[in-house]
Amino acid sequence: MKIYDKPVIVIGVLIFLAIFAFPLWTALGTTPPQPKVELPKDMKECVAPTEYMKSSHMQLLNEWRDSVVRDGNRVWVSHTGKQYNMSLTNECLRCHNEKSKFCDQCHNYVGVVPFCWDCHTYPKEAK
Amino acid sequence: MSFIFSLVAVTVLVLVPLVGVTVADLRWLFGVVVPYAAVATFLIGVSYRVLKWSNSPVPFRIPTTCGQAKGLPWIKTNKLDNPCSLPAVIGRMFLEVFLFRSLFRNTRMEYHQGPKVRYGSSKWLWLFGLLFHYSFLVVLIRHLRFFTEPVPMWVQIVEHIDTFFEMGLPLPGPDGLYVGLPLLAQSGVILLAAATLLFLRRVVIAQVRYISIAGDWFPLLLIIFIAKTGIIMRYVLKVDVVTVKKLTMSLVALKPELPADPISFMFYIHIFLVSFLFAYFPFSKLMHLGGVWLSPTRNLVNNSREKRHINPWNPEVKFHTYAEYEDDFREQMIEAGIPVEKEA
Ligand code: HEC
Ligand code: HEC
Ligand code: HEC
Repeated sequence: MKIYDKPVIVIGVLIFLAIFAFPLWTALGTTPPQPKVELPKDMKECVAPTEYMKSSHMQLLNEWRDSVVRDGNRVWVSHTGKQYNMSLTNECLRCHNEKSKFCDQCHNYVGVVPFCWDCHTYPKEAK
Repeated sequence: MSFIFSLVAVTVLVLVPLVGVTVADLRWLFGVVVPYAAVATFLIGVSYRVLKWSNSPVPFRIPTTCGQAKGLPWIKTNKLDNPCSLPAVIGRMFLEVFLFRSLFRNTRMEYHQGPKVRYGSSKWLWLFGLLFHYSFLVVLIRHLRFFTEPVPMWVQIVEHIDTFFEMGLPLPGPDGLYVGLPLLAQSGVILLAAATLLFLRRVVIAQVRYISIAGDWFPLLLIIFIAKTGIIMRYVLKVDVVTVKKLTMSLVALKPELPADPISFMFYIHIFLVSFLFAYFPFSKLMHLGGVWLSPTRNLVNNSREKRHINPWNPEVKFHTYAEYEDDFREQMIEAGIPVEKEA
């Protein structure tokens, strides 16, 4: 006579643990890989403070686009007073000229796929 | 009262990591120790409680059904609502766990033309419950990008669908509303909206407010605050996502290490609230995550008519049947003129 459903419930708990710990058993024992971002060698500063660029560069790009496309203003004055041409391909990628060693490094790491490259181009890279 | 208590409790939970990280620099505590302790409490606590429930005997079927049981061949049975086989029970459980069927039956009582009572269908709770749970699930799945490397394809697909509209969160900017990057993830907004509605339901409907206790207010407020801090972090007070992932990946690899670069206090508030939710989970009504699978009125085959379910610890009862009784007293009965079933 079956009065306890214990075996089924134990299996259920094991499934719960297996699903929940899914990141654990894929990452366990491995050394967490790090993105290898190659910074421009001959320059020292970005168009905005590095801290800000790291967290908010997408918002800056958005600002740039709005400024160019809506107001026709292409001049960006940086935090150090330098002037830049607000352009994704012509400016960001002038300094960060290898997209795959810069933008893509971080983006692949956190799994974001900016759709900008559907339209915007980037410099050809030697493979 | 219980509401004020919950609100104060959640506020304290926001302030603790805020002060802890900005003033006391307890980043190791809030970034490593607390999350580990919380997840351990969650996993052990949930497993322990479910296994404890599994010690409850289920000798009988509990046929609270909502449909016609299997009977004579010309009576139409309602297989899903009154399942008489395992596949049918699985069907019923599926509808219960994944579509909240019981909640779909929710009714509202109202007075109609004076004292007449009328019951109307009321699907709002079901709708917002469903939205809430599924958007929560999507949010959880999207967070897997912080705990896996490389990020699995299916997580990216979920994220892609979730940002389907390819628009940002409208925020007040220098010139009017600013609809920017990163892309708006619908699930986060729906989660916050649905949780807020479930919360307002408790505030606005007097009867529900009357029966609400701290255990109802607190998790709702906690989840609302978690959603808010998450949304703020994604769209407004941006955090350095790459550095956050360095920390989270070191946590899942069980080699905890605080990254060299600083992480915004918003992140510590967010992760502390989430940790608290995890740790609080096994002690709260949130255990319905496990409980819904074990609802005896939903997960038992209703086969009481086909199969006799005997309670195994029934005490043994000594029977003295009428036939035996007659055997004992047959002569006396015949003498007294009492009819007997079997003549001597
Ligand atoms: C004048 C050249 C130049 C331009 C133009 C430029 N950058 Fe930079 N960028 C740099 C340098 C140099 C650094 C490294 C700064 C440092 O180490 O503090 C940097 C750092 C960064 C970082 C932080 C990387 C890290 O991990 O430390 C990001 C993100 C970034 N840039 C994005 C952009 C984007 C997006 C644009 C276009 C809007 C852009 N940059 C335009 C030179 C440039
Ligand atoms: C549908 C195609 C398309 C997509 C997708 C797109 N853009 Fe653009 N973008 C344009 C066009 C067209 C212009 C106008 C170019 C001009 O006037 O010089 C532009 C201009 C810009 C500019 C200013 C001019 C320049 O030379 O860069 C920026 C900055 C920009 N886009 C950023 C972005 C970013 C960031 C993304 C991804 C989030 C993006 N764009 C996605 C089509 C697109
Ligand atoms: C330091 C690491 C890092 C570097 C370098 C970097 N990004 Fe990003 N980028 C991120 C992160 C992290 C996000 C996602 C933020 C989020 O999900 O909230 C992101 C998001 C974006 C987005 C918004 C995408 C979306 O769908 O929301 C755009 C556009 C973008 N990056 C453009 C660039 C470009 C162009 C470059 C190269 C010039 C670049 N980034 C370099 C880390 C980086």
